[in-house]
Amino acid sequence: MSEAAVKTRAAEADALTQRLDALTLPEAGFTAAARADALARLRAMGLPHPRDEYWRFTDPRPFNAPLPQPIPLEETSPDSPLFTDRDRLVLVFVDGRFDAAASSDLALDGAEIDILSQAETRADHWAGALYGKLEAAGQTPVPRPFAALNTAVAADGVLIRVTGKPAKPVHIIHRRASAEADVSWHHLIRLEPGAELTLLETGMVGARSNGVTEVDLAPGARLNRIAAKRAGHQKLGFSGIFARVDAEAAFKNFELSVNGTLMRHEAVVEFVGDDAVAHVAAAVLGDGRTGPFHHDDTVFVTHGAERCESRQVFKKVLKNGAVGVFQGKILVKPGAQKTDGYQISQALLLDDDSQFLGKPELEIYADDVQCSHGSTTGAIDETALFYLRSRGVPKSRAIVLMILSFLADALAEVEDESLREDIAERLDAWLTRHA
Amino acid sequence: MLKINNLHAKLEDEDKQILKGVTLEVPAGEVHAIMGPNGSGKSTTSYVLSGRDGYEVTEGSATLNGQDLLEMEPEERAAAGLFLAFQYPVEIPGVGNMTFLRTAANAQRKARGEDELSAGEFLKLVREKAKTLNIDAEMLKRPVNVGFSGGEKKRNEILQMALLEPKMCVLDETDSGLDVDAMRLVADGVNALRSPDRAFLVITHYQRLLDHIQPDVVHIMADGRIVKTGGPDLALEVEKNGYADILAEVG
Ligand SMILES: Nc1ncnc2c1ncn2[C@@H]1O[C@H](COP(=O)(O)OP(=O)(O)OP(=O)(O)O)[C@@H](O)[C@H]1O
Ligand SMILES: [Mg+2]
Repeated sequence: MSEAAVKTRAAEADALTQRLDALTLPEAGFTAAARADALARLRAMGLPHPRDEYWRFTDPRPFNAPLPQPIPLEETSPDSPLFTDRDRLVLVFVDGRFDAAASSDLALDGAEIDILSQAETRADHWAGALYGKLEAAGQTPVPRPFAALNTAVAADGVLIRVTGKPAKPVHIIHRRASAEADVSWHHLIRLEPGAELTLLETGMVGARSNGVTEVDLAPGARLNRIAAKRAGHQKLGFSGIFARVDAEAAFKNFELSVNGTLMRHEAVVEFVGDDAVAHVAAAVLGDGRTGPFHHDDTVFVTHGAERCESRQVFKKVLKNGAVGVFQGKILVKPGAQKTDGYQISQALLLDDDSQFLGKPELEIYADDVQCSHGSTTGAIDETALFYLRSRGVPKSRAIVLMILSFLADALAEVEDESLREDIAERLDAWLTRHA
Repeated sequence: MLKINNLHAKLEDEDKQILKGVTLEVPAGEVHAIMGPNGSGKSTTSYVLSGRDGYEVTEGSATLNGQDLLEMEPEERAAAGLFLAFQYPVEIPGVGNMTFLRTAANAQRKARGEDELSAGEFLKLVREKAKTLNIDAEMLKRPVNVGFSGGEKKRNEILQMALLEPKMCVLDETDSGLDVDAMRLVADGVNALRSPDRAFLVITHYQRLLDHIQPDVVHIMADGRIVKTGGPDLALEVEKNGYADILAEVG
């Protein structure tokens, strides 16, 4: 190794030490071993660097810094809160810590709900066998340092084990209480055979946030997860979803993402049983006018079983210098015959300053599969815009309609009509404000 | 109603003159037809009138009831009463037909200072008009023109026209792609809207449509100009002999 390289290594190790020193490790109970393992993994892989294959388009340094820049608390929100007009079980997290007073009672027919910080010290908790396991499995072949960091240090989160079909969704809401909070949470969602759940996650995240959700679906289980967290401006956020999908199970994940200086969403999905379905989708809106906007979706879907269907549907609307990144991979393992894998990533650039960087990948080791991907970058269709205007629709409204049209395929991934309408309204409001 | 005088237009990014002095007047209550060879500038005339980007007017004028159309945005022209039924109606995935129709109708009402229609009132109105045009109500739930057949798209144009109740209707080859029955429905739709304070400019290649929609005046366009104007017989002459004689006659 050259002298320079030795120096770089040493500097990187220092950066990791400083990063870890800035954190308070929670008092661990049943997660202790998993946390120690995660820390060891993180030390072995180090913090990411722009030379790393999956960090070329997104500069990890703001995530690597020991502490985030404080961001003043938002005084008001321009939007009314999402999904509030239905019966839900509400779990509120303030700066990443569970707020029992603001939350619903944890009892829910067909599910067992615990809070990580409260359950840690219990013996024989089901979550002990799952915590950090899917994250650890998802580190191969691509290292995911911030997910390992999360497993090591996350102080709180929900632990949901579903055995039946609860009548109402579980709604996790994030709130902020301090300007400088460096927030992390770690959720475990385990659905037993045939169980079903709708999981909603919304709210305002901290100046810097790191959320990991491990999803374990037993045969025949169905999870619909819809996340629409508000980044607000200037925020830094990492999130990781690690899903293990067993036979005939269905996992539908949709994320709405607006604003945020630097957002990295990783989704790692593995089929371990035949005839299962997994869809990951996102609608992303970025306007660089109020500060830098950089949004990165990095997805890895592994087909390790036969006849599974995977969909990746990612749509990004970018303006005023906003940057969108999509890195999506479909890996079909030997023997995963009759795989049906599809991936589409599209950006709508509303001006010449904005940018979309796409890295679609297919890696296939089975011969009888159907896999494809598409990635496009485009502007608003002038003919359609004129068509709308010729009918009397004002230009600004016509543009909003065209953007909603562009986002429609992603939004269609939300199965529940009323949830979909709530999201469409939120999109419409944002687009109208940013017209 | 519509007065076009010596209208010259070229492509914005190219030195290509397309309209070379179109002069035409359609009084209220009348139906005028424009016929002419492919590429003569018929669609371009309709686009320039309705304000599509990409064309530059280099000379001449176009007014609707005295208002200068060329100074207005496309949506202002619509609110002023101009309607263009497109030769190629546009598909807009992800935008529901009903949402589109109601947004358009209410935007125009708002621009004219009228009250907006409620969702209920509007639905009733649409159902009624759709029925007369034999448009399946299920179709209206689909995104704008997506998955519509060619003929269904054309009928959807006429439905929009019936809902928006414009003053000046320009129909660009609404008859092409229609089967015989659909053509009759479209013609009936147009005839139902005929009134002393409304005018039509019907672009077509075929006499067939004009059997159903009796024009008052027929114009022949060639190479960016109106080269001949006459009565309904002119369309019959074109149908029989083509354009060669007329073009030779006008030089
Ligand atoms: N955007 C454009 N770019 C290039 N050429 C154009 C454009 N618009 C019109 N033209 C040209 O202008 C001429 C007139 O076209 P236009 O569509 O108005 O003809 P038309 O009379 O409607 O023909 P048709 O009967 O085939 O519909 C044609 O030569 C056409 O190719
Ligand atoms: Mg034409």
